[in-house]
Amino acid sequence: MSNAAELRDLYRELILDHARAPRNFGKLDAATHDAQGINPLCGDKLHVYLQIDDERIEKLSFEGSGCAISVASASLLTDAILGLSVQAAAEYFETVTARLTQVDPPAPLKDDRLEKLLALEGVRDYPTRVKCATLAWHALNSALQNSATPATTE
Amino acid sequence: MSQPAEMREPILDCRADFPALHQEVNGHPLAYLDSAASAQQPAAVIDAVSSYQREDHANVHRGVHTLSHRATDAYEGARDKLRDFINAARRTEIVLTSGTTESINLVAQSFCRPRLREGDQVLITHLEHHSNIVPWQLVTEQTDTQLVVAPINDHGEVDVDALIDLMTDDVRMLAIGHVSNALGTINPLKRIICEAKKRDIPVLVDGAQGVPHLPIDVQALDCDFYAFSGHKMFGPTGTGVLWGRETLLDAMPPYKGGGDMILEVRFDKTVFNELPYKFEAGTPNIAGVVGLGAAVDYLTSIGMDKVHAHESAVHDYLVAQLADVEGVRLIGTAKRKASVQSFMLDDIHPHDLGTILDHQGVAIRTGHHCAMPVMERFGLPGTARASLGLYNSTDDVDRLIGALEKARQIFA
Repeated sequence: MSNAAELRDLYRELILDHARAPRNFGKLDAATHDAQGINPLCGDKLHVYLQIDDERIEKLSFEGSGCAISVASASLLTDAILGLSVQAAAEYFETVTARLTQVDPPAPLKDDRLEKLLALEGVRDYPTRVKCATLAWHALNSALQNSATPATTE
Repeated sequence: MSQPAEMREPILDCRADFPALHQEVNGHPLAYLDSAASAQQPAAVIDAVSSYQREDHANVHRGVHTLSHRATDAYEGARDKLRDFINAARRTEIVLTSGTTESINLVAQSFCRPRLREGDQVLITHLEHHSNIVPWQLVTEQTDTQLVVAPINDHGEVDVDALIDLMTDDVRMLAIGHVSNALGTINPLKRIICEAKKRDIPVLVDGAQGVPHLPIDVQALDCDFYAFSGHKMFGPTGTGVLWGRETLLDAMPPYKGGGDMILEVRFDKTVFNELPYKFEAGTPNIAGVVGLGAAVDYLTSIGMDKVHAHESAVHDYLVAQLADVEGVRLIGTAKRKASVQSFMLDDIHPHDLGTILDHQGVAIRTGHHCAMPVMERFGLPGTARASLGLYNSTDDVDRLIGALEKARQIFA
């Protein structure tokens, strides 16, 4: 793939769109679970809020500041996870982070929600930016486990 | 302020001396604008290290055989070069360390800690690098004393009047940077040190970003300690210097214990070595120091006045060109600066900017630059930072500007 194509692959329209106008942005007052994610290397800071009812994620949102990749990833996450069961959300976390980080990634889950998340996979060609993409997912995982310690990508 | 669109004939043209600069990154010739993070090494330094390792290596100081003598001569020879480079009065004042960070920790623990009493203060500024903050936090916590921070203004200059006001009777140490790594500010050390001396306040200068860009004369500066790193001044990583006044170093207990810093070891009593060896425990980074000596030779052959003149001209061009880019906001606009220009482009996160620039072969640093308090002061998560070394030219600046335009297009 040519260099120009690679960059377009990372900063494709979908990513830029979600970075400029992140979905579900803001604090969730009725949150039952929440967790912070920090990328100490670059200062990306995100807070993920979940409202879980009967093992289902009824509402979620996120706050924070970070690079376009981290914000877009968080925004895409909230779109994808809304309405899922806690169990399914945990599976998504495993699959998405594996597909972003592993040399031999697992096959994507056959799920329409995840189609948009494929847009993040351009980050695989930019090893220094992978942690930006996975930050929100680590925060989600922390929130699901109701962990008090901020998630980092270390 | 009007700046020439092009510069006159550059004062220095050293790029050819630096092997690492001659490569392509992502299909583009490398434009390296990250010397403040670490400087590239000239072939002379690389060759000195390599030939030491091939021909002269042995452990230093105690050997009787020939290679040991050669290694010792090379190592101690570098110490003498460093003494002359910063115009120190004597070689006993040149302690070889692993870098600025170790040097500052040494002073905090060995000079300050035994002296700090209840009610005492250590004074630093808001501009400091973490390595000139955390050692003082540690020592004031250990001694239950106070760390006081002098403010900076919106240009990124230390508020010198406020700093002087903070030089009270309780202050036992002033630690201040020579040149800010985040904003490029050159601190007016002459005035600051003069005021500190009037009040009998010892002064440590973090010279990590001073030494690569300015001629240094520690006797003229009249500070008490001056710390710097080899890898910022075109030498190898893992090397550095603490210059300290002999009278002070003499009175300080050792920082690290081990071989080489002793004259005699017995279980009932150990006698420490004389200066500077008292502070050099264990086998040093001999090859690195030999390389550092070669870096001093390289810089001396050019002349730091010339380095400074060249860099200043390129820096002026960098600032002018950046200011001309639509959407650029300069961070760090002190009247006197060296090497560094931090900036933001629209509301593009520096991290994204850095990736796009890297894609064009332009290397800058993005983030907090180990100066989180500075970033917080300006309300930013981090900045994009271009920093110059003596091998940079206006061509490198032009490459940066071109890449920034591309970034603007992507995020438009």
